Amino acid sequence: MKKITTEDLNLYYGSFHALKGIGMAIEERRITAIIGPSGCGKSTLVRIFNRINDLIEEVRITGKVLIDGRNIYEPDYDLVSLRKSVGMVFQRPNPFPLSIYDNVAFGPRIHRMAGEGDLPGLVEESLKAVNLWGDLKDKLKRSALNIPLEQQQRLCIARLIAVRPDVLLMDEPCSALDPVATLKIEELMTELKKRYTIVIVTHNMQQAARISDETGFMLLGELIEFDRTEKIFTAPSDKRTEEYITGRYG
Amino acid sequence: MSRRAHISQKIAFSLLFLSTVFVVIPVVAILVFIVKNGVGAISWEFLTSYPRAGMKQGGIFPAIVGTFYLVFGAIAVSLPIGVLAAIYLNEYAKDTLLTRTIKLAIVNLAGVPSVVYGLFGLGLFVVFLKFGTSIVAGSLTLAIMGLPVIITTSKEALSSVPKQFREVSLSLGATRWQTVRHVVLPNAISGILTGAILSIARAAGEAAPILFTVAAFYLPKLPRSVFDQAMALPYHLYIISTQIPNISKQTQYGTALVLVGLVFILNLVAIVIRSRFRKKKKW
Repeated sequence: MKKITTEDLNLYYGSFHALKGIGMAIEERRITAIIGPSGCGKSTLVRIFNRINDLIEEVRITGKVLIDGRNIYEPDYDLVSLRKSVGMVFQRPNPFPLSIYDNVAFGPRIHRMAGEGDLPGLVEESLKAVNLWGDLKDKLKRSALNIPLEQQQRLCIARLIAVRPDVLLMDEPCSALDPVATLKIEELMTELKKRYTIVIVTHNMQQAARISDETGFMLLGELIEFDRTEKIFTAPSDKRTEEYITGRYG
Repeated sequence: MSRRAHISQKIAFSLLFLSTVFVVIPVVAILVFIVKNGVGAISWEFLTSYPRAGMKQGGIFPAIVGTFYLVFGAIAVSLPIGVLAAIYLNEYAKDTLLTRTIKLAIVNLAGVPSVVYGLFGLGLFVVFLKFGTSIVAGSLTLAIMGLPVIITTSKEALSSVPKQFREVSLSLGATRWQTVRHVVLPNAISGILTGAILSIARAAGEAAPILFTVAAFYLPKLPRSVFDQAMALPYHLYIISTQIPNISKQTQYGTALVLVGLVFILNLVAIVIRSRFRKKKKW
């Protein structure tokens, strides 16, 4: 099943043409990695999928982005429900300066998904999904800023899962973490893909090779190649992809 | 480090240090001067009784009460309006000619001399809106005078909340208003209170804006409603320093000391509230 499809997608920041004619189809419940050198537009691309780019003034977008068959840039598309179903994990762990519990409960409270009585259950379920419950169940009242970075990043994923999304966008989610923490987050992602469609932006090619099912390579705003990950990393069809994955630039 | 660079660094540091000390001197001098000359006047009677014998005896009770009324009236109006305007400017307004004009107007409002606010208050509230010289007219005039400070500091506080908090909140499906209400405001509240503190101090201490709008020379009783006149400390201080001959110096400085003390206490309350909020915030 295709979850997200783009057709001739272009994005301009003012007069700068940042994304050029992107066409891709992202499979449901797989991990899709977007790789490419800095400034190639990979973050800009995933930020389209939950329209968080709308915050920037002077952004113009043409083409189509279909999620579950509907164009999310249709004028009457409900932004709140889009962002509820397509969540985002950012580069640096960014818990709110609140308690661990209040961080996870933030989304459900905003959306009135559960009465205060059902909230603890939802928080527990979300923390269990990211394997944090065991570590944190006695510290729920503590500030989320006092736990290790890796746990903070898991907490951010839990905060997202609590609003029951279908798609998780991850924008270099491990770039602030050490290698051990990175591996743990990667294990978590492999578990999460059983239930969620994951799109991860990464500058770390090994990471893309390790965890993703499909990979897209971007360069200067263009999607050069999009294929199964083994294919991209063993027999890329474009010369530029090959040059990038063998480390000749980027 | 070469000798030359070393010396010029020493000179620079000394200059910076001296300038800093220079700022502190007048503050300390004023405080010492006022306390030394005024502390003898302070007594329970001075704080709780009415002026007698043409202001030369008795206390300043009605002026203290009047100043409280004016400060609370002014803050009650200017804090909500100022904060809401700051939220609009910082969170919603796009960068258009209109918003740029508004921002420019706010900056200019801060530079208007206080006596001009007094005349404006007289024209608008006292005469045009027919409030008469009253607590409402005085409070509203002080409120308008305090608005630019509150808006500017609140805007500053809002824009210092990290952008990523907003992004996270929106990306979780919160609306813009929910984001402001649950994420931005709680993290900006201590900065907003700083603005409130500054404008409290100014509202309590200014004589010119209340001169034509509320202040009474002498009242035998406390104001009964917001449409009554009131006595106020800065105006009372002005009167006893210029209009009453042969009044004791101690009474004048005592009044000044009470004014300074009152501002200090009001500020202290706001600072305590602010530090409560600040403890929660860490990033």
